[in-house]
Amino acid sequence: MGNMKLNLKIWRQTGPNAKGQMKDYPVNDVSPDMSFLEMLDVLNDNLVRKNEDPIAFDHDCREGICGMCSLFINGEAHGPARGITTCQLHMRRFKDGDTIHVEPWRAQPFPVIKDLATDRGAFDRIQAAGGFVSINTSGNLVDGNALPIPKDDADKAFDAATCIGCGACVATCPNGSAMLFVAAKVSQLSLLPQGRPEAKRRALAMVEQMDKEGFGNCSNTGACEIECPKQISLEHIARLNREYLVATVTKE
Amino acid sequence: MGYNVKAFCYQDSARRAHSIAAQGGINAAKNYQNDGDSTYRLFYDTVKGGDYRAREANVYRLAEVSANIIDQCVAQGVPFARDYGGLLDNRSFGGVQVSRTFYARGQTGQQLLLGAYSALMRQVGKGAVQMFDRHEMLDVVVVDGKARGIIARNLVTGEIERHGAHAVLICTGGYGNVFFLSTNAMGCNVTAAWKAHKRGAFFGNPCYTQIHPTCIPVSGTHQSKLTLMSESLRNDGRIWVPAKLEDAKAIREGKKKGSDIAEADRDYYLERRYPAFGNLVPRDVASRAAKERCDAGFGVNQTGEAVYLDFGAAIERYGKLEANVKKIENPSKEKITELGTAVVSEKYGNLFDMYENIVGENPYLHAMKIYPAVHYTMGGLWVDYNLQTTVPGLFCLGEANFSDHGANRLGASALMQGLADGYFVIPYTVGDYLADDIRTGPIDTKRPEFEAAEKEIKGRIEHLLTNKGSKPVDDFHRRLGKVMWDKCGMARNAQGLQEAIAEIRQIREEFWKDVRVTGKAGEFNQELEKAGRVADFLELGELMCMDALNRNESCGGHFREEYQTPEGEALRDDANFAYVAAWEWTGDAGKANLHKEPLTFEEVKLTQRSYK
Ligand SMILES: Cc1cc2nc3c(=O)[nH]c(=O)nc-3n(C[C@H](O)[C@H](O)[C@H](O)COP(=O)(O)OP(=O)(O)OC[C@H]3O[C@@H](n4cnc5c(N)ncnc54)[C@H](O)[C@@H]3O)c2cc1C
Ligand code: SF4
Ligand code: FES
Repeated sequence: MGNMKLNLKIWRQTGPNAKGQMKDYPVNDVSPDMSFLEMLDVLNDNLVRKNEDPIAFDHDCREGICGMCSLFINGEAHGPARGITTCQLHMRRFKDGDTIHVEPWRAQPFPVIKDLATDRGAFDRIQAAGGFVSINTSGNLVDGNALPIPKDDADKAFDAATCIGCGACVATCPNGSAMLFVAAKVSQLSLLPQGRPEAKRRALAMVEQMDKEGFGNCSNTGACEIECPKQISLEHIARLNREYLVATVTKE
Repeated sequence: MGYNVKAFCYQDSARRAHSIAAQGGINAAKNYQNDGDSTYRLFYDTVKGGDYRAREANVYRLAEVSANIIDQCVAQGVPFARDYGGLLDNRSFGGVQVSRTFYARGQTGQQLLLGAYSALMRQVGKGAVQMFDRHEMLDVVVVDGKARGIIARNLVTGEIERHGAHAVLICTGGYGNVFFLSTNAMGCNVTAAWKAHKRGAFFGNPCYTQIHPTCIPVSGTHQSKLTLMSESLRNDGRIWVPAKLEDAKAIREGKKKGSDIAEADRDYYLERRYPAFGNLVPRDVASRAAKERCDAGFGVNQTGEAVYLDFGAAIERYGKLEANVKKIENPSKEKITELGTAVVSEKYGNLFDMYENIVGENPYLHAMKIYPAVHYTMGGLWVDYNLQTTVPGLFCLGEANFSDHGANRLGASALMQGLADGYFVIPYTVGDYLADDIRTGPIDTKRPEFEAAEKEIKGRIEHLLTNKGSKPVDDFHRRLGKVMWDKCGMARNAQGLQEAIAEIRQIREEFWKDVRVTGKAGEFNQELEKAGRVADFLELGELMCMDALNRNESCGGHFREEYQTPEGEALRDDANFAYVAAWEWTGDAGKANLHKEPLTFEEVKLTQRSYK
């Protein structure tokens, strides 16, 4: 496969309060072996050489685990491939001559900082509201094997725990709901005996914070599950709903 | 503990620190498998694995608290792998002969980090910790000889902020990105540690770098980072290159494939050289052996820098076993391959997918290509037993310090060390330090020391932005990385190191004259962030080469070509080099002052490591 010519249309926005717009960037000589972000690196390198402002985008690990990268590519969170993040997307997915639209996450609780970078601090605040087991660090702990955990529960908790907090679920959801993210954490901890005692409190507190941050309601469209790079299952939303329901009923 | 803490990280959330990328697992001397493991054995393995260049006392403490870490993480809700009895599962990892590694599929680091992050967020929710994400620490402020705060840049607004404190903890990770290409995240840097060094903290053993043998090779000049393929692959994969030069050449030219090479014409060089350990030799040994073959012209990709990691034999072996189990008589070759592929996929499926996604080639059909890459830095800020640097009140934890791993780190022990430092060492030692400071009131950030540090940083930023140079930051970083990789990488020699020092000085000079940084100081400016980090790498690189030049022996990850056995193995010089090199900044990267901390071994007997 030879190198490609592409026509990129990229969202440019100088700051949080500025008005943004899509701008055209034709790029040549894109190798199919490049990752999507490496393709942007090359574009940025050229912009700097021309003394133009390079495109701001978030990224760090570049191996699909930190959750920092966050591009909306051709109308899909993390682009056309399933089960991977933006940084794992490779250019061999595209064809010579393609036009590619690149936008930031668009959701009211994730304001744009610059160009393609957004502020996802709301996720941290939800976590701080209850996404933990209330345990201090000390040397006086029970042995890790004191409480056996059925393998099935441990595996399910692990599946939920693989959420990378990227926000693709929110960006994809027509309502801008953060249910999949919240459900992943609530589900992980409520499946484990260590997290069980505070399960109700946790579900209430995290959902309350989620609402406060301005995330929308979940109407079960299921779009989030499809775009989630870690394929977090909707099952967890069902579990969160159960926890939440029980918690509200028993609270009265 | 009731302290008021301010925590900083450069990512948009503390959940994204590069620990998240650790795959394999974390060691602990629990002896759950009853295979003869003990605190002493973990201690012994770590000292030996580090090629006898670590402090015994520190390593012993590490082994002692290792078991607590697992208990702590389980209590936080970390979903470790479990067996059908519901108990914690273990595997053997990284060249040791006991099963002491705890894991959470291939995402152990992620799960441990998220456990720590949730504990941190609990404190943030309570108001005990104030979190400053998207902030980069750019200096330590020292007042009357004690660390009294930091200067940080708010990466969103560009504002330079002063933060006063009674003690400062640096937990900023490793500096592998000095090589440009490494398995580290793009933002990993030495800036905080380096600024601490320039304010008086000694830098320990900067030249000890770990090169991991199984990474995906470089594919082109656009390459921005390298991806690790878990070491566990070496349990089943066999590493080889063609035995004949003409075959290697034909493969590089695309005229032949690996599968075209007959069994007899393959050189399984690790099995040949190390019959006892074979493909499971420690990382430093495996990496050097790959380089040796590729340098000799046997590399198998276009750049000549790749070797095969082949699962053909494993697929066949597992396939036959499965056929047996399923009582299939005289299974066809296709059936065996089918059954074996299923077993390999069950064990390593996610890694194979990752490989295929990056390389675009199916590793079940074609042998994987791998090559060593920079992975971990054993060197770092020198600390005492209390993890305090040579600046009172300035502590250093995790990969950023030099402790515990000597000249080579064993697999699954970095997470152990980082969590030991943070959960079970620092809570005691920092309290001890602060006890004497109990009557010191709040730190006044209007003091001249803060003023001066801030002014210096602003001046540097101003210079970078108004320099009107012609080349982007990455140009300089790439050049530095190449010098480091060629001359201070897997193999080093005196002449190369001297050349490297001269070349780095040259690049540094050009950087300050000719770097182009676009944008402004008071905004989100990723080019400016990079420029600051590369400027510090350009000084660190020189110190690494000086340290490597000073150490006239080979040990662990530091291999000096002049010092090897007739069989090409590392040759230590315990009489002259059983010490920690602690370098003091004197105002110029080339004029660092060497202090030696002698290493004495009371428990462990020094021997030549042998894996034959
Ligand atoms: C791909 C990969 C796989 C690995 N696998 C394993 C494994 O299986 N087992 C194992 O034991 N080890 C493994 N390691 C090694 C291990 O993961 C690391 O050594 C360890 O996690 C480092 O932890 P840390 O807390 O010291 O640093 P990090 O996790 O890198 O954290 C550094 C923190 O400091 C912050 N920071 C850095 N600079 C600044 C600054 N200037 N200002 C403000 N904040 C700053 C960052 O934001 C970050 O929060 C692996 C490493 C890699 C790269
Ligand atoms: S649930 Fe999936 S899409 Fe949402 S934040 Fe987690 S990993 Fe990202
Ligand atoms: S950059 Fe870390 S997940 Fe993409």
